[in-house]
Formats: sequence, C-alpha cells, structure tokens
Amino acid sequence: MSRSVELFGAGLLAAALVLGAGMTGGQAQNAATPPATGSVGALPTNLGLGREATPEEIAGWAISVRPDGQGLPEGRGTVLEGEDVYVAQCAVCHGDFGESAGRWPMLAGGDGTLASHDPVKTVGSYWPYASTLIDYIYRAMPYGNAQSLSPDELYAVTAYVLYLNDVITDEDFELNSENFASIRLDNEDAFYPDDREVAEAHFWKQEPCMSDCAGNPAEIRNRARALDVTPEAGQAPRVE
Amino acid sequence: MSNEDKNTGTSRRAFLRGGLIAGGAALAGGGAVAQTGPGNPENLPPNVPDWSRYLGDGVAVREYGKPSQYESHVIRRDVEWLTASRESSVSFTPLHELDGPITPNGLCFERHHGGIAEVDPGDYRLILHGLVDKPLVFTLDDIKRMPRVNRAHFCECAANSGMEWRGAQLNGCQFTHGMIHSVMYTGVPLRVLLEEAGLKPNAKWLLMEGADAAGMTRSLPIEKALDDVLVAYRMNGEMLRPENGYPVRIVVPGWEANMWVKWVRRIEVGDEPWYHREETSKYTDLLEDGRARKFTFIMDAKSVITNPSPQAPLNYKRGFTVLSGLAWSGRGKIKEVHVTLDGGRNWRQARLDGPVWDKALTRFYFEFDWDGSPLLLQSRAVDETGYVQPTKDELRAVRGVNSIYHNNGIQTWHVMASGEVENVEIS
Repeated sequence: MSRSVELFGAGLLAAALVLGAGMTGGQAQNAATPPATGSVGALPTNLGLGREATPEEIAGWAISVRPDGQGLPEGRGTVLEGEDVYVAQCAVCHGDFGESAGRWPMLAGGDGTLASHDPVKTVGSYWPYASTLIDYIYRAMPYGNAQSLSPDELYAVTAYVLYLNDVITDEDFELNSENFASIRLDNEDAFYPDDREVAEAHFWKQEPCMSDCAGNPAEIRNRARALDVTPEAGQAPRVE
Repeated sequence: MSNEDKNTGTSRRAFLRGGLIAGGAALAGGGAVAQTGPGNPENLPPNVPDWSRYLGDGVAVREYGKPSQYESHVIRRDVEWLTASRESSVSFTPLHELDGPITPNGLCFERHHGGIAEVDPGDYRLILHGLVDKPLVFTLDDIKRMPRVNRAHFCECAANSGMEWRGAQLNGCQFTHGMIHSVMYTGVPLRVLLEEAGLKPNAKWLLMEGADAAGMTRSLPIEKALDDVLVAYRMNGEMLRPENGYPVRIVVPGWEANMWVKWVRRIEVGDEPWYHREETSKYTDLLEDGRARKFTFIMDAKSVITNPSPQAPLNYKRGFTVLSGLAWSGRGKIKEVHVTLDGGRNWRQARLDGPVWDKALTRFYFEFDWDGSPLLLQSRAVDETGYVQPTKDELRAVRGVNSIYHNNGIQTWHVMASGEVENVEIS
C-alpha cells in the first residue's frame, strides 16, 4: 500500500535535507541553529497517528463562540432572569452594578474615558463584540466553577451584563441564539490591525548614534524610589 | 495634555492609577542576599571546615536535585496585592540571579488565569477539528511518537515592563523585566499535526484552547501555525512543569506569551479570528486617541542589564566590573547590543556570549574598570532586521502611556557611588 512507501520516501527526503544542511558552511558552525526564518523544514508526514474524533467528543469540548454567532448554544434568557443569576453568582466579585468589588474587574461604566489619562476598560466602554462576553462567561465563569451555567442561565446573565452597560435597555428583553448576533457594541470600530512596522518604521535605524548623542549630560527626572510606599489594602489599582 | 506633560507630570496618584505597580521598597528588600562577607573563621584557611572532614549525603538521597540551601533566595516572586487572587496572577523570574541564555525550569515566570491545571497524562487528549479533512484526537503517546525538534525560544508576557509606561516604578529587574523566560523546547511542529488532519482550502485561523479553569483561548493566523509554532512537551530536556503547561503547551516563537496556550486541549481550524477575551479586552494596545491596536503579536527587540541592577547592587566601591544582561527579538536573532555608562551620550559594543539563537534570550557582557563615580547604565538591542530598541520617550511619542502592553523601551539603572542601584528615568 502506498502509505509505507510515502512514509519511507518522506523519511529519505528529510534525511537528505539534514545532510545537505550539515554540509553547507554556515549551518555546520552550530548544528542547533535553526534556519534564519525559524521555519521547521521538511519532516515526515502522513504518520497515521491519532484517531478520528467523534462528533460527540467535539461537541463536548467545542464551546467557542465567534462574532458572527458561530458556536452559540441553543438557549434564551431575559435581563430580569439574568439579574437573579448575576446576584447569586457574580456580584460578590463584580459588584451589584458591575462596578467591581475590591480589585476584581469592572464590567460596566467608563464611557468616554478611553482617550483620557485614566481609561476605564469595560464591556460597554471597550469590548468590541458581545460574542466575547458570552464565550468568556461560559468558558471561565463563575470564577472557580467554569462551564457550569446552563444555556438559559448563560443567555440571561449575558443579557444582564449588557443591560448594566446600556447595550440592552429593556429589562424584559429576551436574548437568545436567534437574535444574539444582532447585538453590536459601540467600540467595535476603534480597533485596527497592528501597524507597528509602518507607524514605527523609524525604529529601524541604519546607524544608531554611538558617540556624543546629546548636547547635555543626562539628568535624572524620575526615580522609582519616589514611589517606595506600598499602597494600603483597598487602594491598589484595578486588575488589568 | 501632551505626551511630554504626561511623562513629567509625576503625581503619585497618576502613577498609582497606571495599572500594575508595586511598592519598590518592599520589593528591593526581598531581593539580594549578600553572599560574601568576612566569613566564619573556623571554615577559612588555615582551619579545616566540617565539610572537608565528615561525610556528606550519599547518592540518591536527593532523588530530584535542588539548588544549594544557600541559594534559597533565588525564587520567583509575586506582588501579592497586585492582583485579586493568586489563581489569576503572575510571578516573576529572578533575572538578576541568573546567567547564560537559558532559564532554569523552576524559575520560569508563571502567568495563570485559573490556576495550574493538574492534568493526568493518561487522560490527556488534544482534539484537532474544524476546517480539516478529518478531525483527530491525539493522546500524549501519539504526540511523543511524532517527529520532533529542539528549539530555544524566549517567552515574554506582552505586559512585561507594563508598569513602567508612566515612569520608573519598580526597583528590580525581576519586577520590571521578569515576565520572560527562555528554555530549550522539545516538541512537534504544529504543521505536522495539521497535515495529519488535512487543512481545508479556506483554513485561515486557528483557535488554541487550554484545559485550565479559564479555558484560555487565542486565535492564531495559519501562516504562523505552518511556519515555526510547536506543540511542545519538554523544556530543557524534562517534561514541562505543571505551571508551564504539563503535559503539552503551544510555543509561538517571537510572539507574546499569552498566545503560548498551556495545557492545550483543543485546536479548532476556522476562516476568521474568534475575538475572544484575551485578544479584545486584554492584549490590545490602547493608544492616545482612544483607538486600539489589535493582533499585536510580535515582541519587539528589547534588552535589560541584569547585573548590576537594584536587586543586585555592586558590593565594592571601584575596580574591575562585569556588566551582564539579556537581549531578545521576536523578529529573529540579536545582531548587536550597545551599552552606555553615561545615560546614552556614548555607547559601546557589548560582547555577545554563548549561542545566539533565533527568537531566544541572548546573553551579553561589558567589562570595564569602574572609577567609583555614579553611572547611568542602559543597554540597547539591535536585531537582524535592523530594528533598534527605542527609548521610552520614543515609544511614548507614538503610543502614549495607556497601552500597558509591549513596552520595550530602554531601561536606565542609576549606580550610586555607594554601589546601590535604582530604577530611574533620565532626560
């Protein structure tokens, strides 16, 4: 059968490449040095390892939700139903209104602060997608009892957090797998892809200065020791 | 308010609101323990110490060896009040106590979101599904039977140095730069697993998911997955430590550590990113105008002088001195490191020593005769793409001070005539 032939062939190819690399001057210097690209190079494939995953196995673990709604579980829940879940399972850390208890993350508030000196990043002020919320609540919350909410509890408590953020304004509103993808958050368009190699192109310098790089001697303007006071409990900054 | 105003408007409150900060006095105090001193005369020549006279422990008494009892101060440290719970928190690598390019396994910084998952290797399963010809489930034995490679790579949290955006805050490179480690991984190229399942033509992104109680997830572009990403199960020869993802983690060379999903249990292949919590509400870089960069995966070139540093002062007043540090780049190999003693007015080439691996920590040294006068030490990394590590002010000019992540600015240590060292910013 062709599998063993292919495997043998791939093995020969890989061996040839390794030998070839060893004979070139640059690579021979340090055998542990990978190619400049960091690429892995040729290795045997078609190994016949692993077995086919069953639909039941995948369904039990595949809990991820995307902005377009892919992955949403079947379910429904209203804001008022969600308030009960929230008060019982969430408020102890996040506060009754998402304002945070102690140093746990704030869930609501912070509108209009992102361009300020004191940005407050919450579901309403910062997060781009509501799908992130329902995905995260199910996979990681309640903290210490993950993946324990029923689908209906999940929709309800998600609706309640969106209500705390004025994304949903009617407390009788029912969030469900049908209407979920229509929910949009205000800050979605504020995110743009990494542009460092354009916006920071000036960090690639042909000849960085090596001597007499400034007219004046350097002066200390800020010392860490000026802050050498451990904040008292309760004054600590929010968790990022 | 301009950048300049923000940088110099150093009210204490402004610093405290900066996100992650800590009280420097307590931290510096928890650092170095003097190893040298007058000594116990009974152990010094011409006397013969006990260890030269009496038998010590035999073999296999110490079945898994530990560092000397005299090195007990060399530990990961956390900042207890920094986060609300230790299960979702960070501990820092004691860079100032280490040398060479490799981090010992037991000292690698930790970052957990739901505590350490204690995965039974017999019950370990990795499911690979989505836009593939054949969804597969692998056991640990399956993965260990696959062709494997060995690669040393640095793993740096995108928030490393994140507490320093608004000014010098923490006295110690363990705390300013300790969210990094670099070990030799043994693992299977992720491409091997993907080829085993067969990718559909519209496969563009992967979702990597951990088996921890936070179900940590990140989206990964398929190009990177097919390039150099590893499904790793060993570090420095032994199986991964539980806190580093035992039995299997993802290694994403040169990219932010949050993507190096530990205890990986599932890889889903899709045609779009998932925009999960760790790539939206976290690990996006908020800029001055209130907009934010997303998918800032690459770790820019960076360096830090580890000795001397605030936790590792000079315990002499003058004379021959070895300055030592680390440099790294997410874009490739380190080409050069420059060192200054006068706060960036004049720079000299540092000496790279040991292997210079791709996307790995590189050790540098600079030897000089200290005349005992105060110094303003800095190091500046240059990588093989020509990227030159910027000053903190150069970074702030582009990004402001709110972005938390990806602070790779040049670090300044002030060495006083007493040999003490402090974290400062200079103009």
